[in-house]
Amino acid sequence: MTAISLPSAMEFIWLEADLLDSHDYAAWLALWTATGHYIIPTERDAEDYAAVLNVVYDDQEMREARVKRLQSGLSMSASPAARTVRTVSRFRAMDGAAGVFVVRCAQHIVEYKYDRTRMLAADVLFWLVPAASGISLQRKVVTLINGDDALHGIGYLL
Amino acid sequence: MDQQSAYAALAREDRVHTSLYTDPAIFDAEMDRIFANTWVWVAHASELPTPNSYKMSHVGLQPVVVTRDKESQLHVLLNRCRHRAASVCEQKRGRAQMFVCRYHGWSYDMTGRLRAVPYAAGYGTELNKEDYPLVSLRVETYAGLVFATMRDDIQPLAEYLGPARAWIDLFMKQGAGFGIKVAGEHRFRFPGNWKIQLENTTDAYHFPIVHRSFLTSLDEETEGQFDVLGQGGWIEDLGNGHSVMVMIPDLVDLEANLDAPIPERFQDLAAELAKTHAPQEVRRIVRAVGGTGFNINLFPNVACSMAFFRVLRPIAVNETEIAHMALGMAGGPEAANQARLRLHEHFQGPMGFGSPDDAEGWERVQRGAAAGDDLWILLNRGLAQGSNTGDVSAETGMRAAYRMWRRMMAQ
Repeated sequence: MTAISLPSAMEFIWLEADLLDSHDYAAWLALWTATGHYIIPTERDAEDYAAVLNVVYDDQEMREARVKRLQSGLSMSASPAARTVRTVSRFRAMDGAAGVFVVRCAQHIVEYKYDRTRMLAADVLFWLVPAASGISLQRKVVTLINGDDALHGIGYLL
Repeated sequence: MDQQSAYAALAREDRVHTSLYTDPAIFDAEMDRIFANTWVWVAHASELPTPNSYKMSHVGLQPVVVTRDKESQLHVLLNRCRHRAASVCEQKRGRAQMFVCRYHGWSYDMTGRLRAVPYAAGYGTELNKEDYPLVSLRVETYAGLVFATMRDDIQPLAEYLGPARAWIDLFMKQGAGFGIKVAGEHRFRFPGNWKIQLENTTDAYHFPIVHRSFLTSLDEETEGQFDVLGQGGWIEDLGNGHSVMVMIPDLVDLEANLDAPIPERFQDLAAELAKTHAPQEVRRIVRAVGGTGFNINLFPNVACSMAFFRVLRPIAVNETEIAHMALGMAGGPEAANQARLRLHEHFQGPMGFGSPDDAEGWERVQRGAAAGDDLWILLNRGLAQGSNTGDVSAETGMRAAYRMWRRMMAQ
């Protein structure tokens, strides 16, 4: 396994963004480590996300259940799903624990459904670890610019 | 026909007119005749945990600050400086001894009293500070629920809640003897009328349809528990627009049946709690951790819904904000409180497995209500069963709410 560089991390994060916009959820699930957490906070400065309420706090089982729901055809907020186009940029490597490559970046998602276009902006923190396949996702924290304020029903993944 | 009679004619016993969702003039009248004329929920006492704590809230369209003063008394104050109307508080919650208006520096204490005015000499003898406190509303509480009203002459809160109080007492048993605290909130908006959400809390009929994708995400035992139409539940009109909908009769009294087997999904939690708690205490906490089996709909803006508070805030005739407030056991075991947070996230909030589908359904109602402005919204399911019992999927709770709507709009 080779060490992670910022360019390889950026390539991984762009791939992840493209999988989500194209609803390729099976491939998205495969990006994760078995112990990884997918988190969308309601509190911007929480020290321990497990101890507070989040919009999303998913371990592997919940990620799989979430994908199953989005693809089931039984959820009216997800079928038809909103169309999304997202851009990820402003990458910066951050200090992290040994063996973890931490990247902070900006994400803009434009959503379209029912004659309406909406935007969601977020800071995103990725914890990446080397894997046989290249890189695996250990943690993703999507801190929405308005995550501590009123949002709307979201039938896709951020 | 006078205006009062015209409103009354729009809300019949078995149906309401589509204009109740779409007419801005009716919305304006509701803010005046309903929200400015009754008890409106503004906070839970645990959100104001210490002297000098506060949170922002609303009574109808009007922004208020709920405060706990240094003597621990609660106040609900209009969030508006008496000088030139600037808001005096823009932090959602926090602690302070004073609200200082950032425009000209007038400062008020937590009781609303005007304490200081900069460059006061400029007023000469024309400003008596005692004449200009923040406007204070009448406040009363029941079981930690804090309500305010613009009216000094309406009945006390306890009387207004009436038989709903006994159900509130049952709801609070999910504190498992520790008491209830607000443990966080999801807030989201939907482009639709506030009464669409009011109805939804007492609508068991939609559950197996709208929430099929949630149900299929559960284990078999839990999915059986959420078969809300198949367990002999019922719905009761509690008067004054309030109602209760019992979906899981086994979870009405969380202090009963403590010897029942612990459900599979709580086995790990029970094992964790057993390290530090006696067996009977473990059963009491585990039985409370998933919340109750009923929704209490309190007219006009709050519900005690299974395991959380649902608060609605009307913004415009076609825009409503919802808060889903997660609850925990105050001072209870961390493992149980984290389990409650994860259960709340599973269904509630902007990306829960339930709320986005509800929100989509409510938006569809508002979009559909643009068609057929001579048509009516039906509320006649279970009408023949009478007003105080019946099938849990009956629209009894909606009829109760609209009966109160008619009474208040026609007064």
